[in-house]
Amino acid sequence: MNRRVLAVLLENEPGALSRVVGLFAQRNYNIETLTVAPTEDATLSRVTLSTDGSDEKIEQITKHLNRLIEVVKVLDLHEAACVERELMFVKISAQGAERAEVKRTCDIFRGQIVDVTAAAYTVQLTGESGKLDAFLRALDRSAIIEVVRSGVSGISRGEKVLSV
Amino acid sequence: MSETLSGADMLVRALQDEGVEYLFGYPGGAALHIYDAIFRQQKVEHILVRHEQAATHMADGYARATGKPGVVLVTSGPGATNAVTGIATAYMDSTPLIVISGQVPTAQIGTDAFQETDMVGVSRPVVKHSFLVRDCAEIPRTIKTAFHIATTGRPGPVVIDVPKDTTDPAITAAYDYPESVSLRSYKPAKRGNGRQLRKAAKALIEAQRPIIYSGGGVVQGNAGPALTRLARRLGAPVTNTLMGLGAFPGDDAQFIGMLGMHGTYEANMAMHHADLIFAVGARFDDRVTNNPDKFCPEARIIHVDVDPASISKIINADIPIVGDARSVLEELDPLVEAELAKRSKQQEGGDAGKAWWRQIRGWRDAYGLDHAMKPREDGVILPQQVIQSLYRTTGGAAYVTSDVGQHQMFAAQHYKFPEGRRWINSGGLGTMGFGLPAAMGAQFAYPEATVACVTGEGSFMMNMQELSTCLQYGLPIKIICLNNQALGMVKQWQDMQYGGRHSQSTYSDSLPDFKTLAESFGHVGMRIDHAGDLDPAMDEAFSAKLKDKAVLVDVWVDPDEHVYPMAIKGGSMCDMVLNKVTTSQQGDYM
Repeated sequence: MNRRVLAVLLENEPGALSRVVGLFAQRNYNIETLTVAPTEDATLSRVTLSTDGSDEKIEQITKHLNRLIEVVKVLDLHEAACVERELMFVKISAQGAERAEVKRTCDIFRGQIVDVTAAAYTVQLTGESGKLDAFLRALDRSAIIEVVRSGVSGISRGEKVLSV
Repeated sequence: MSETLSGADMLVRALQDEGVEYLFGYPGGAALHIYDAIFRQQKVEHILVRHEQAATHMADGYARATGKPGVVLVTSGPGATNAVTGIATAYMDSTPLIVISGQVPTAQIGTDAFQETDMVGVSRPVVKHSFLVRDCAEIPRTIKTAFHIATTGRPGPVVIDVPKDTTDPAITAAYDYPESVSLRSYKPAKRGNGRQLRKAAKALIEAQRPIIYSGGGVVQGNAGPALTRLARRLGAPVTNTLMGLGAFPGDDAQFIGMLGMHGTYEANMAMHHADLIFAVGARFDDRVTNNPDKFCPEARIIHVDVDPASISKIINADIPIVGDARSVLEELDPLVEAELAKRSKQQEGGDAGKAWWRQIRGWRDAYGLDHAMKPREDGVILPQQVIQSLYRTTGGAAYVTSDVGQHQMFAAQHYKFPEGRRWINSGGLGTMGFGLPAAMGAQFAYPEATVACVTGEGSFMMNMQELSTCLQYGLPIKIICLNNQALGMVKQWQDMQYGGRHSQSTYSDSLPDFKTLAESFGHVGMRIDHAGDLDPAMDEAFSAKLKDKAVLVDVWVDPDEHVYPMAIKGGSMCDMVLNKVTTSQQGDYM
């Protein structure tokens, strides 16, 4: 499947996000990840969502997003070079000899340990989604207690800007 | 110096300032402040319906007949949810509607209060946009914006949900009605791209087997005359969708009938064999295309639509043009004229056109609409005869609304509409119960016009309570009920696909006597069941004597008649069942 990341500028109004999310359900499109927050201009929110589908399907999604009255602009970040990152916290059971091993794996992936107890580490990791997946694979599966991921956020490289 | 008004007064004043003539609605607790404001003014006439669904269809009928937005007022909870079917109907057929719903007071929202429904949430998938009013001072601008959104670009319904506290007579704010609104996030395209227009003009001239396929967008965009001028210049055959009928005159020699699932043989064959399809304001609906993979294999496609999301949604367009139908057609015409002038200097074309028309006439002669229709010797009325009689009696000059089912298809096939907005039906959503209130809306818009509602007994019973509203406002609509004592289209499918097992599609033992039913509502009722009585009854129903009366003509028709042609499921546009014995190809039905 063709994974794509769309950035959407949206009027920062109550109910606007529900129209975006509703659209995906109504038209049988898939949302893999979704992040949203206000921009530097408080009247606008920026949504980054990742989805999958053929080029034709992505074009339809883009058109239907643009049709929503509160959507100001839509950009397919994969149309040009972009930077994508995701934030992840993993709570890992770590006792005795395991503690050093977890710490080493964490260092290899440039993760940070943000909380420690006698029995567990909480690791923070940022990077492209594939790196986060790889980190999880590198851990002993049974040691993973809890995982929370922010979903993808992204921005175009170079001079290209998504703004009003 | 602006006036200070309560939210309720502002709301009604804003409707006045929008030039709203009629407000179709039904009162209830959450809307009572607004109803009091309506009582204290004269400019906007409120029409009291008997069910909120009918209010939305009435406003919809008014909007389709006039091109002006229809306006609805309902209360919260059940009032709002009853309106949803009508909103969805308008959404699917892109009609401009403003639906104002009362809501429980802001402080009670989310508490499961009496008659509370999240109307913005419930209606979200079937509106162009919606608003929840947060403060009475927002009301004028919200209403202006709602009208702007509903009526521009691809039109559609807009819901304004109004919590009761925002219309409280004790709370007032300054009333300033904006002249216009501008939204940074909403800028509908108007003019088509010049380069695309030039490409389209060239393709239209070069085509050997062109066909013009026009839809509801041409009607909504008031682009019928522009389409007709261009079509005449090109000499190309024209087919209309169910929603587009009348945009090109139905009695014109270039008109080859409706296309699609129950379209004419010649229209579907011409589509399939065309080398160029010029689609305007049509959306390649599944009831038109049949199997998209087998759709018109030899055709290049020019697709004009005001909604970019409609283009290349089902069928890929070779020359997409985003723009308002009228603007695009008017700009295209001189380009085509110039191309034609260039060509005629070089070489006389035209032979290709003649061969194409010869082919189309051949199809029509073989399996045109009337090929299998033989009047019955026993005098049992065929449903097609009823429409033909209606057409004869009204001289093609009526506003005709329909419900949904066989009668709808017969009306679409056999009534020849001279212009757009004359044929009003629920094409997209297929809402039974639409016809009667829609006819009433058209009659409100044009009190002097002849308005006929072609219905079936099944559809009619879905909103027949509005006969009471008809009496209250003295609407002289004529209801032509094709009574086949069954849910005809369902039964037809069961005949064709389910071995004639009529599961839950018949009720002949329990039908009311529609003649006395109409009479009990204070109208004129007639019942006929013999072909010989058809024309005289129709003439009487539309006679000067009954000019001021609503009339219901209960016409008992052949219950076994099917609508043909009928597309074969999964096939191309040329795969059709043509009559009870002939199919153009074997296969399943759609």
